[in-house]
Amino acid sequence: MGRTTFHTDPVEALAGVADGDTVLVGGFGMAGMPVRLVDALIETGATDLTIVSNNAGNGETGLAALLKARRVAKVICSFPRQADSYVFDGLYRAGEIELEVVPQGNLAERMRAAGAGIGAFYSPTGVGTLLAEGKEQRTIDGRDYVLEMPIRGDWALVAAQAADPMGNLVYRKTARNFGPVMATAAATTVVEVRETVELGAMDPEAVVTPGIYVDRVVTA
Amino acid sequence: MSALRLDVTGAVEHPEPLDRAALAARVARDVPDHAYVNLGIGQPTTVADHLDPRAGVVLHTENGMLGMGRAAREDEVDPDLINAGKVPVVEPPGASYFHHADSFAMMRGGHLDVCVLGAFQVSAAGDLANWHTGAPDAIPAVGGAMDLAIGAKQVFVMMSLLTKDGTPKIVPSLTYPATGLGCVDRVFTDLGVFAIDHERQTVVLLEAYGASAADLAERLGG
Repeated sequence: MGRTTFHTDPVEALAGVADGDTVLVGGFGMAGMPVRLVDALIETGATDLTIVSNNAGNGETGLAALLKARRVAKVICSFPRQADSYVFDGLYRAGEIELEVVPQGNLAERMRAAGAGIGAFYSPTGVGTLLAEGKEQRTIDGRDYVLEMPIRGDWALVAAQAADPMGNLVYRKTARNFGPVMATAAATTVVEVRETVELGAMDPEAVVTPGIYVDRVVTA
Repeated sequence: MSALRLDVTGAVEHPEPLDRAALAARVARDVPDHAYVNLGIGQPTTVADHLDPRAGVVLHTENGMLGMGRAAREDEVDPDLINAGKVPVVEPPGASYFHHADSFAMMRGGHLDVCVLGAFQVSAAGDLANWHTGAPDAIPAVGGAMDLAIGAKQVFVMMSLLTKDGTPKIVPSLTYPATGLGCVDRVFTDLGVFAIDHERQTVVLLEAYGASAADLAERLGG
């Protein structure tokens, strides 16, 4: 077997999370949101975290609960503002949380770059906008680009449909979203799954995230 | 502010303005058969209702699906299957899923034929403002707007021509923060359909609805 370890307790699976860590959190809205791992992250007591996720939490559960518990110093996301993102909104307006807004494609690609060993990349997204201010620009073959830096996590928290004993993962429908990218971009990737399957039961052609990217799996 | 560079000479005039459904149908008419298309959140989503299934248009949603189906009925809702507006949808035969970096590579790489977006303002140069009002108390949120604006081969904007207080949303230059520069190709509104002539940095009125071309030129200050 590979090095992937399997856990039933999500808090145990997050052993080692420290104050000030950067945590990549999968999901687009609630699809693909690693709910158990986010709840466990609150339980670890770790604070001063940087959270990288597409959104900044809804209602008072999950990421919003983490924010409400004042564990987050900074959010890097594409779309913090939603109908029920009042926990984030309140902290932001009170100046109690730092926000870096990143266009969604740049957010994904910056993590992809981190996972793929790319030092930085030129993106056409955001050229001439407020979000390109202060960034290096370059014209290549007549088109303008902005230099974007990788986003690397100390941790990636991801939800997947199933894992096999090698840590290979498959996802389900649009719940895949950021999961496969984040899994590559962190020092330690922790994945919560709905099911575990026996060795050989997962079609190797269908594996989306190979086990090399998966350090710890939390079983259902 | 300088006058809008506007060309109304070739416009076809129609007696009635376009209501929301007619506007969506008008946008749908300009979507080429077999095109790969991304429909933005909100009003652009309604264009799907007017695409002829026989035209073979394939819908892309940036959260990782091609061949996206219609909104799910109550008994079909699957929390793992949503569109960019986080609305549950269905999976027709031939659909495919991919992760976020692939989804935006598809967009940024120029593989999508058309995207349809809403807007606060479009300038004569085809600059688009649709993500931020610039109000000091607004919480900035961009989502995929900037990626979409520069990614598709053709960017269609769908909006009302005037704000509620009658101010034109097609402007000589943006007063709201830009989403993308020189990216808009066509603007579909209740009162007129416009093409952006990027060479001449000029807005060309193609069709007027419920107003004469001269009226629209007057209202837009062209």
